[in-house]
Amino acid sequence: MIEQVDLSQVNWARAQFALTAMYHWIFVPLTLGLSFLVAFFESIYVKTGNEEWKRITKFWMTLFGINFAIGVATGIILEFQFGTNWSNYSWMVGDIFGAPLAIEGIFAFFLEATFFALMFFGWDRVSVKMHLFSTWMVAVGSSLSAVWILVANSWMQFPVGMAFNPETARFEMQNFWEVLFSPVAVSKFSHTTSSGFVLASLFVLGISCWYLLKGRHQLMAKRSIAVASVFGLLAATYVIFTGDEAAYTVAQKQPMKLAAMEGLYVGERNAGLVAAGIINSAKNPGDEQPAFLFDVKLPGLLSLLANRQFGSFVPGVDDLVYGNEEEGIVSVASRMERGRQAIAYLAAFKEATDNENEVASQVALQQFNIYKDDMGYGHLVSPSDAAPPVATTYYAFHIMVILGTLFPLVFLLALYFLHKKTLEKQRLFLFVGILCVPLGYIAQQAGWVVSEVGRQPWAIQGLLPVHVANTNLTTGTVQTTFFIFLGLFTMLLIAEIKIMCKQIQLGPEEK
Amino acid sequence: MISNIYTFYRDGFRSMRVGKKLWAIIFIKLFIMFAVLKAFFFPNYLNTNFATDDERAGHVLVHITQSKKMGEHND
Repeated sequence: MIEQVDLSQVNWARAQFALTAMYHWIFVPLTLGLSFLVAFFESIYVKTGNEEWKRITKFWMTLFGINFAIGVATGIILEFQFGTNWSNYSWMVGDIFGAPLAIEGIFAFFLEATFFALMFFGWDRVSVKMHLFSTWMVAVGSSLSAVWILVANSWMQFPVGMAFNPETARFEMQNFWEVLFSPVAVSKFSHTTSSGFVLASLFVLGISCWYLLKGRHQLMAKRSIAVASVFGLLAATYVIFTGDEAAYTVAQKQPMKLAAMEGLYVGERNAGLVAAGIINSAKNPGDEQPAFLFDVKLPGLLSLLANRQFGSFVPGVDDLVYGNEEEGIVSVASRMERGRQAIAYLAAFKEATDNENEVASQVALQQFNIYKDDMGYGHLVSPSDAAPPVATTYYAFHIMVILGTLFPLVFLLALYFLHKKTLEKQRLFLFVGILCVPLGYIAQQAGWVVSEVGRQPWAIQGLLPVHVANTNLTTGTVQTTFFIFLGLFTMLLIAEIKIMCKQIQLGPEEK
Repeated sequence: MISNIYTFYRDGFRSMRVGKKLWAIIFIKLFIMFAVLKAFFFPNYLNTNFATDDERAGHVLVHITQSKKMGEHND
């Protein structure tokens, strides 16, 4: 069975997981951000007693409901895939992921069954303050329920608070708090949720711009833009800071990913940050070709980003693959050798345990513990296997950064035009506002591409490569389910867009 | 109390407009996911092929100690 491992099947399983995760992530960030915007709108209504704010709240709440309904449970498909396509991985991380995902499931159920119902059914049935409380609980709860899946993902990027049990072949949790508050988890949660706030603000801005272009619901549109732009500007500014923190964390914990994000092959002191550049797609680790066909760098800024210090050394792909003695970086070849030792001693441990040879199993276990931190490297064939696809990671990172820099300017301009009372006359800006809705989604997806493609070839950083995490199924089986999902997701997406567009076309309820 | 909760949900569902279409989509989606995809296309590999946790652990251990290296193909 094991002799039949086929990389094309692994890649189909990868593609299927990426498709599902990217589809799921169309809905999640909008839910995260729109729930807060609805809470803001309703808070203003409760504070002012102005019925127009109630109409605004109800309108955006309906769009929130549509997004939530189409997106709900799409994440469960990822769990199906864990059990079928990624059974080895699923088994190995079960102890780490079980608790967070169970908490998320229970939390989400109670949240949805109580506060969602109060929010949608409770108008005129519960007190104004109770309704407002429910709306805020949905907003806070949505973000909190995102904590757990982001913690699980962060653990894969930076596995802490655990120990590998060679008898059960499982990573077992040793310290829950270390897993929950790992620097990767903290920066990922803050960056991801705040970017969701930006997307939702762009969504509200874009639809409101469309109303202004059409000359419909102008008061609602301008009020919505005012709230969304303030929230969006604050969130987008915060995203820049959390992005900086996330990049610093990546530099410290996953330096290979940072090197790929910047297309940096040869490490350097006072390293420059690429402002613009075209990657040389023919470039491979260790060769003499230039990394870029064209590039413009901001001197020293990558060193500052990576180490909080100008002039500091930032390792490139080549340093990390082939080692750099001067900078104390161990080569992948050396780690592969240690990894092979770990795997050999693990096999010896299993054999001794099966034969009930206590002495031999203890000896093998002691040796395994010496090498276990590099266990995953033992599955690589060539040192360059440890490098992720550089071009994809680089372009996704720069698209995300460029868009993330553009969005605060859009919110600022919207506030400026509102202040000058000329917003409805700024037709070019209104078109830009509409265009920002798809751009917001592109930035979201690009962020996850950086996170996930940039950490290849690892399912669990340094410990488990993707091709070992995978179940040994036939390629045809995975291809079949890939296309089923593609069809299902396309239909659901069309349904959402149609229902959403129809609702936007109708606009808010009449007075 | 229970009667009030029941009435609250019943009236809420009855007064829905867009919501009815959304619930229909949710139910169809859940049906496809659990009754079709999960049942026919996504069996839990280890639970289906192995009876005990010891067997599952043994299988995974064999896989991670004997699996082919990255980049090796069958052909």
